[in-house]
Amino acid sequence: MADPERTQSKTAIWNDPTFRSIAFQVIAAVLIVGSIWYLFDNTMTNMERRGITTGFGFLGETSGFGILMSLIEYDETHTYGRTFLVGLLNTLLVSFLGIIAATILGFILGVARLSHNWLIAKIATVYVEVLRNLPLLLQIFFWYIAVLQTLPHPRQSFNFADSFFLNARGFYVPGPVPESGFGIVMLLFFAAIVATVFLARWAHKRQDQTGQQFPVFWSGVGLIIVVPLVVFYLLGAPMSFDYPALRGFNFQGGITIIPELIALWLALTMYTAAFIGEIVRAGIQGVSHGQTEAAHALGLRHGPTLRLVIIPQAMRIIIPPLTSQYLNLAKNSSLATAIGYPDLVGVFMGTTLNQTGQAVEIVAMTMAVYLTMSLSISAFMNWFNKRMALVER
Amino acid sequence: MKQTITVLGAVAAAMIATSASAGTLEDVQKRGSLSCGVSTGLPGFSLQDEKGNWTGLDVDTCRAVAAAVLGDANKVRFVPLTAKERFTALQSGEIDMLSRNTTWTHTRDTSLGLNFAGVNYYDGQGFLVQKALGVKSALELDGASVCIQAGTTTELNLADYFREHGMKYSAVVFDTSDQTREGFEAARCDILTSDQSQLYAIRSKLGNPDSAMVLPEVISKEPLGPVVRQGDDAWFNIVKWTLMAQINAEEMGVTSANADQMAAGTNPGVKRLLGTEGDAGAKLGLSADWALNAVKQVGNYAEMFDRNVGPNTPLAISRGLNAQWNKGGILYAPPVR
Repeated sequence: MADPERTQSKTAIWNDPTFRSIAFQVIAAVLIVGSIWYLFDNTMTNMERRGITTGFGFLGETSGFGILMSLIEYDETHTYGRTFLVGLLNTLLVSFLGIIAATILGFILGVARLSHNWLIAKIATVYVEVLRNLPLLLQIFFWYIAVLQTLPHPRQSFNFADSFFLNARGFYVPGPVPESGFGIVMLLFFAAIVATVFLARWAHKRQDQTGQQFPVFWSGVGLIIVVPLVVFYLLGAPMSFDYPALRGFNFQGGITIIPELIALWLALTMYTAAFIGEIVRAGIQGVSHGQTEAAHALGLRHGPTLRLVIIPQAMRIIIPPLTSQYLNLAKNSSLATAIGYPDLVGVFMGTTLNQTGQAVEIVAMTMAVYLTMSLSISAFMNWFNKRMALVER
Repeated sequence: MKQTITVLGAVAAAMIATSASAGTLEDVQKRGSLSCGVSTGLPGFSLQDEKGNWTGLDVDTCRAVAAAVLGDANKVRFVPLTAKERFTALQSGEIDMLSRNTTWTHTRDTSLGLNFAGVNYYDGQGFLVQKALGVKSALELDGASVCIQAGTTTELNLADYFREHGMKYSAVVFDTSDQTREGFEAARCDILTSDQSQLYAIRSKLGNPDSAMVLPEVISKEPLGPVVRQGDDAWFNIVKWTLMAQINAEEMGVTSANADQMAAGTNPGVKRLLGTEGDAGAKLGLSADWALNAVKQVGNYAEMFDRNVGPNTPLAISRGLNAQWNKGGILYAPPVR
């Protein structure tokens, strides 16, 4: 009910809290949009006045330069748009490899730091304290200059069974060449993965209902690895290998893993793993010891206790800071340009920018890529975090 | 990382700057020093010694402009830039002129908002190879790995040359000239490609210079010269004519040692150049002794060349194309009249 006294002494509009909160938000929004527009308009005007070409037309022009490593078909007759893709894929490749390896190594380190074995725990501690306290760029240079560049010249390569070669220009491995019939093996492989997923679900359900366990892990291994392998040999091994061989100046054929990729991957992995190790240790220690004791009291052995009780609870603590480490790793991959790994920054913000001179467009595109990449990782990890979060029953 | 920051800074500067600064000359005079973009370290062209002094042909080109504009060749602030940073730094106004072994090309002249103010060294791209490879010609390089510096015209010429001759290569791209050399020394690549002048400079810095040789092929034209922002014609004229004054001085026999004497002499052409007759300086907005200062303090073109890259330096480059037009080269400065 409105009180007649109060409606009469109506407050001034600038003292009205609803009006004020809306007004301030509108003012803030106008200021932000206005300054962005000002910056944009000013940039365009200035560049036009100075006779600098603008726009994204350059993406369709022929690039005319070569790139050391490309996951898609590329040579100098392709366009600048293609160089963008090549750089992007190279960035994604090293980020992906780095995240996988750093996670594995990080978990091992985290568990090792809590080990009851004195030597293992101390080694893990020393590793973490040294690696996370050295600048990443220094570590990249260490791997690249101090380790990989001291490898021999191609003609004196380290030779492993005449099929693997290691020298200052990279690691050369035989490249698989699928022949007719290999498609069946691949099809079986994927079918086996799907079957294993269903098998796991069925086993889980059965355990819930009857308490009987089913050896899902070993039957999964059998389905995914053994069955395709048997079929592979029954079909007469329909795959040959393209072996690298020294022809002219360099090894030709097979797959070349360039030293820049190896150095960057090693450095990113080992650096980030030190941080992940600490996060994992903190996560495990964050689960109260009573949980372990309770599990043991219920008769669970040490392995299942860790797997079923401790890790799921620790994951809730681990995932948010782990996401930050993944984001860091993805962004740190741009240090690639220091050793000449052809990542997005090196290829696109480096050579392409210099050949076209369109700094504003290229810097904006590169920033957009890193932003999108980081937000995607973040979104995925948030989704994963939700799944792992404690479900109240 | 550093260059990324510079590029970003320059982009930010381009976004915020209110208008193109019209008068570089006034800015330089007010500041009392010339801001000049040079390389991060290339013997003979721009290199900083252990005491922090810059030397080189490109450095002297900057100094001559400072002498002409400010009357003192030492009033220069040198800004070391990588190949990738250089144009953005100039566009954004971080430097007044760029003198960084930069090739004059159509794209750069027309689409970057820049103007090339002449040529201070006629170069061409070549190849440096390890002698142990036994290669005698660039046509034997099929399948080679090539070390190269990022953001240079050489990346494009290399691609063109190998494509033209149906050969394959893999380009290992480094950020700075030093990293490129280290990659070459560590056998990351078979050959190193760059402008020929740089190849001699890089070779002189190798641990064992005799282990490498420069192949005879020159695969491109690389006219190198100072660059200024487009749209400031007064400044463009000053940079252009300072270089021309040095070239004219050589042709007329004016050196740093005899400049005062020659200015007081009888040759009308020399007197016009050195400001004792006519108003060449005033037409540029400078004092009458602009060219006299440049020649007296920095020297004529020949002195500049001999001091930095000539036969008595570690680079030991002969004049070749860079000789005067009447001595078998293509150096030809329009007259001061």
